[in-house]
Amino acid sequence: MPDRFYDVVVVGGGNAALCAAITAQRGGADVLLLEAAPEALRGGNSRHTRDIRYMHDRAGAFVTGAYTAEEFWEDLQRVTGGETDEALARLTISESADLGDWMPAHGVRWQQPLKGTLHLARTNVFFLGGGKAMVNAYYDTARKQGVEILYEAEVQRLNVDDGVFRSAVVARGGASGEVRAKAVVVASGGFEANIPWLKEYWGEAADHFVIRGTPYNQGRLLKELLAHGARPVGNPREFHAVAVDARAPKFDGGIVTRLDSVPFGIVVNREASRFYDEGEDFWPKRYAIWGGLIARQPGQIAYSIVDARGAGRFMPSVFPPLQAGSLTDLAGLLGLDARALVATVEAFNRAVRPGSFDPSRLDDCRTEGLEPPKSHWALPVDQPPFWAYPLRPGITFTYLGVTVNRQAQVVLRDGRPAPNLFAAGEVMAGNILGRGYLAGFGLTIGTVFGRIAGREAARHAVG
Amino acid sequence: MPSAELVQEAARQMVICNACRYCEGYCAVFPAMELRRAFSAQDLSYLANLCFDCRDCYYACQYAPPHEFAVNVPRVFAELRADTYRDYSWPRLLAGLYRRGGLAGGVISAVSVAAVLLLVLVLGGPGVLLSAHVGQAAFYRVVPYAAMVLPALAIALFGLAVLLAGAIRFWRDTGGSLREMLDGRALLRATADAFTLRYLAGGGAGCNYPDEGFSQSRRWLHHLVFYGFLLDLAATTVAAAYDHLLGRPAPYPLLSAPVVLGTLGGVMLVAGTVGLLVLKRRSDPAPAERRMVAMDVAFLLVLLLTSLTGLLLLALRETGAMGALLAIHLGMVAALFVTLPYGKFAHLVYRYAALIRGAIEQARA
Repeated sequence: MPDRFYDVVVVGGGNAALCAAITAQRGGADVLLLEAAPEALRGGNSRHTRDIRYMHDRAGAFVTGAYTAEEFWEDLQRVTGGETDEALARLTISESADLGDWMPAHGVRWQQPLKGTLHLARTNVFFLGGGKAMVNAYYDTARKQGVEILYEAEVQRLNVDDGVFRSAVVARGGASGEVRAKAVVVASGGFEANIPWLKEYWGEAADHFVIRGTPYNQGRLLKELLAHGARPVGNPREFHAVAVDARAPKFDGGIVTRLDSVPFGIVVNREASRFYDEGEDFWPKRYAIWGGLIARQPGQIAYSIVDARGAGRFMPSVFPPLQAGSLTDLAGLLGLDARALVATVEAFNRAVRPGSFDPSRLDDCRTEGLEPPKSHWALPVDQPPFWAYPLRPGITFTYLGVTVNRQAQVVLRDGRPAPNLFAAGEVMAGNILGRGYLAGFGLTIGTVFGRIAGREAARHAVG
Repeated sequence: MPSAELVQEAARQMVICNACRYCEGYCAVFPAMELRRAFSAQDLSYLANLCFDCRDCYYACQYAPPHEFAVNVPRVFAELRADTYRDYSWPRLLAGLYRRGGLAGGVISAVSVAAVLLLVLVLGGPGVLLSAHVGQAAFYRVVPYAAMVLPALAIALFGLAVLLAGAIRFWRDTGGSLREMLDGRALLRATADAFTLRYLAGGGAGCNYPDEGFSQSRRWLHHLVFYGFLLDLAATTVAAAYDHLLGRPAPYPLLSAPVVLGTLGGVMLVAGTVGLLVLKRRSDPAPAERRMVAMDVAFLLVLLLTSLTGLLLLALRETGAMGALLAIHLGMVAALFVTLPYGKFAHLVYRYAALIRGAIEQARA
């Protein structure tokens, strides 16, 4: 362990941590960044991202139109249902205005929106090569700037006296040591990869969750901050989850395991019953709720079933569909009760009303007299071959975090801000995104609060 | 054909890439991939030859090893390309040279040089090799006209025929009629992409050589080699025209067109090949493939030795070393042309064909 007294130590190795480290170093501080993952797997969940939402007053080379502060704020209010700290949210939005310049100045490169994500072309800007390319660029910038970086450095404990940070106990390569610094920025993510912690709220069901991101988000520092008196924010039971292929790896499967087939067929649970309106709204809007829906089904499993009409209408996924010539055979492949599945599909087919199918709008193909209904894009499921994808909840992030103020200082239970204890990224995102999901907004929070935390930590350390 | 395991592995990786698509801004491979849902052996060899091995996708990939998905597109595509060069060359016996690129290059060079030296000894005796020859047609006093021109012409024509036949077969196998190839706009686009090495520019910042940092070095060094080669080809063509049309045989004065073009080309080739050899040596082995590296090194060395001997010949052409140097240089030129259709040079043919197909597909899509 480096035997030095640092100005600022940053705990974490993703987007927020890197933005904090780069900004603190630029602010004149001596910075040490501690990443728990090995170098090849560095970057936390940021390595799985691909775009960032930011406020801009006009179209540019990589965004198709303006996205004003007011519209941004309205979107945020809508998805969170008001579970947001307005002052911090508005700060995030206004501070996001220069990201279009700041990020390229620190090595990130833009590209046109990816095919299949054009609904984000106006509000979000995409990184050339995706999140890992962005993370690589930031590491390169940080290293060239003189930030000291340690990989496989796991912070196990923070020594904090009455809200004042003293040192961090770090384990690395079988040894452990104490790193002292004038200020600390905690940017080490949520706890979604900590299955035992998830079980506190979800019981055995958590064994069936797929974690889409890094296995290193154990929430150790989140727990540590709460233990030192940080005021919690966000519902500890809640997480953001999408439907992913049940055959996905337990951790780190990222984008390729998600399935976009839901609107083009029906979804049944283990009992072969439908349980939610598959055509409620456009998939980008509805995409985010299906993980939570499946997490509440028996056995935390569901099956997306499409027939020959639906096949090929959605983004290809990484695992091949299970395919059969009849519903009875498909039920056999899935281990479902064949009669129950046939009955569900026949009842659905009978309820489908004729209309003109159009996936680009909320069309008039819907069911009548069926519970739950399918409100749009409802076509009979009767043309073999039949395809099925098994689905599990794929957890993206957790909402529980620590409260912060406008300086990114951690706020204690008694309302005092901790003077030299800062937080950025997923560990405090619950202040702003207390519920729901807005594509590319986690990175916005991480970048804005990473920079604030870095700036304020440097100011605290070197004046 | 590539082995079933290799095809299966490449298809496995492409299915992962096709579900991700984060790399679609880097090059022509990923937009071409997105037009497909399944990947046949032919699709894969087309995509592999569209790949410039810039490695941007490897370093940007969240699924690269040690991730369990182990996506390493530059490497699996390099394996497929090595198979393409082997499978589409002829005769099969010589196609085996691909398996030992470096060794074969060395052996062929040594044999060629020895053969020319022997030829000179037999035709002219040892005195010819060790004395200075100056003035008009001095080179033909070392190697007689017919012995110099006829074998060279035969080797070059044969190589050209092998490459052309390979290109036609490759085009048909990857799913197109020959008529389709004559698409003016696609040809223009592919030619521009090839001459500018657009896909080594990595969208502006360059490609990942020698490591994960971005640099334009590979692109510029490749430009030196490619345009140096073209200049030398031009020098040879102008010299042939002087000789056969104007009746002015070599050697030419220092400020004549063939010597200026040839010297400039030779210097560019030396700088470019040395630079690329250094870059290869320093580059990350993880996304590289052993056979392809051997082939790269062999081709670069033969090019380097050919240019070096040519420059030396120019510098010492009025000394007693001239005879021997001319023989050695001609031997290297022979080795270069013998190995052309069986070594890394072949990438030019298949990549150009793939670029044309890519341009046609994107215009249709």
